[in-house]
Amino acid sequence: MNIESLIILLYVLVLASYLGFELIAKVPPTLHTPLMSGSNAISGITIVGALLACNEQGYTTLSKWLGMLALVLAVINVVGGYAVTDRMLKMFKKK
Amino acid sequence: MILIQVLYLIASVLFIIGIKMMNKTKEARSGNLVSSVGMLIAIIATLMQINIVSILEIFVCIAIGSAIGLYYAYKVEMTKIPEMVSLFNGFGGMASVAVAVSDFWLKTNGTMVQMGIIITISIILSVFIGAITFTGSMVAFLKLNGKITGNPITFKGQHLINLILLLVFISASIFALVNQLDTSIIIILTVISLLLGVLTVLPIGGADMPVVISLLNSYSGMAACATGFILNNNVLIVAGSLVGASGIILTQIMCKAMNRSLINVLLGGFGQTITKLEADGPEIIVKEVGVEEAAMLFDGASSVIVVPGYGMAVAQAQHVIRELYELCEKRNIDFKFAIHPVAGRMPGHMNVLLAEANISYDKLVEMDQINDEFSNTDLVLVVGANDVVNPAAHTNPKSPIYGMPILNASKARTVIVSKRSMGKGYAGVENELFGYPNCLMLFGDAKQTIAKLVMELKEL
Repeated sequence: MNIESLIILLYVLVLASYLGFELIAKVPPTLHTPLMSGSNAISGITIVGALLACNEQGYTTLSKWLGMLALVLAVINVVGGYAVTDRMLKMFKKK
Repeated sequence: MILIQVLYLIASVLFIIGIKMMNKTKEARSGNLVSSVGMLIAIIATLMQINIVSILEIFVCIAIGSAIGLYYAYKVEMTKIPEMVSLFNGFGGMASVAVAVSDFWLKTNGTMVQMGIIITISIILSVFIGAITFTGSMVAFLKLNGKITGNPITFKGQHLINLILLLVFISASIFALVNQLDTSIIIILTVISLLLGVLTVLPIGGADMPVVISLLNSYSGMAACATGFILNNNVLIVAGSLVGASGIILTQIMCKAMNRSLINVLLGGFGQTITKLEADGPEIIVKEVGVEEAAMLFDGASSVIVVPGYGMAVAQAQHVIRELYELCEKRNIDFKFAIHPVAGRMPGHMNVLLAEANISYDKLVEMDQINDEFSNTDLVLVVGANDVVNPAAHTNPKSPIYGMPILNASKARTVIVSKRSMGKGYAGVENELFGYPNCLMLFGDAKQTIAKLVMELKEL
């Protein structure tokens, strides 16, 4: 990786973190648990890395096995996280 | 391919919009959906880069992961949400470690191939944060479900051990940067990080879990960020930093609500040394109340505030409290819930439980909004909460919880405390409130006593 692409990635990091702080500070305390499990599901974005790691050909390489392990774990994180968040938010009702 | 990059961009935007929609309770569910569509698009964009040969095993892995994830997501009880979140969180952290090591192996294939310094740093960070997230979350998970004690586990020299491990980690990293990241170093780094995760969460007690879970949540985002640097991929960085920021904000809110610094929470052992000091204080004489008398108090009240705490979750009392609430509504008794920010085992835990019991969320009032109302309230029912209503936080400068923002339950005309026994709260201090002249103790399992209370009240 050259220094230019690093700088771009750092720009993205800084701006996205700032945006995250701004957005999340406004979430009402009532929703903190769903926020946490929902953002937890988002952190399963590592699934992208896991998929790319699985792309390695041939079962003999460690890379592939690790990729598959990462994929299963990340999928649990993503699918379970979104599903349980949806289940919780479904219950929040106002009468 | 430009299309893939565009899809990643769309995914990032959807994550941001999804989080933004979480700001309103009405839109939150759609927000979660939007964010999951973003995830789907990111996955599709990635699959477009995958060699067709690998597709079969990828779908097998996805099927296995989805089945496990869905099974737990639909099976889990709402009282157990904190442990489920930490479990999933840990999986996310481990996935980051696995991706980092996999990428390391791919690039070097175990041989001495020169990797760029940026990639090396990213791999080290990804392993470090991911592994701490994994074992830290597993310990939090085990503490929350009672497989290991929720009390702080401390031993002599534990901070020293952590410090030494950290120093070894840093030296090994520097060595790797100067020379070359090889297999043995990456193993050492992984093992140390895994150990640090265990050792840093063990000394932290159960009631501090809201802080720990928030912090670990933040770590899992940062781990995803680090993976983004390894793969030179923006969507990981955007998503990761959103999660990182979210965890940090929640951590701050939780610390503030306990009037403790993050360092104080992380050093652990809270509430252990204090008990001895407090034992010399004047003994608190409590007044007991029976179910019938309590029912009569409800009958005579025109305004009621319920203060729920972790004990409500343990006793699964939220549904009987809903019955009580409905009964009072019928009698035109003003009925509200006062939610302390750190009530329960994760931020917003009480809100989820009461939502599960079908209680309208506009009845759940935050501490700052409700604290002035207590003095005009006839009756307060404290269910399984302790430290968050202890007036010592205002009155006793020697108390370990002095300065912590509390719910002013003691200001109400009458306070009924539903409690299993006279056990102390998490901070290990006596609760002055219990000795107040306006305070009555309703001993017994919260679910059973409140169920009886509801029966009595129906007959009045």
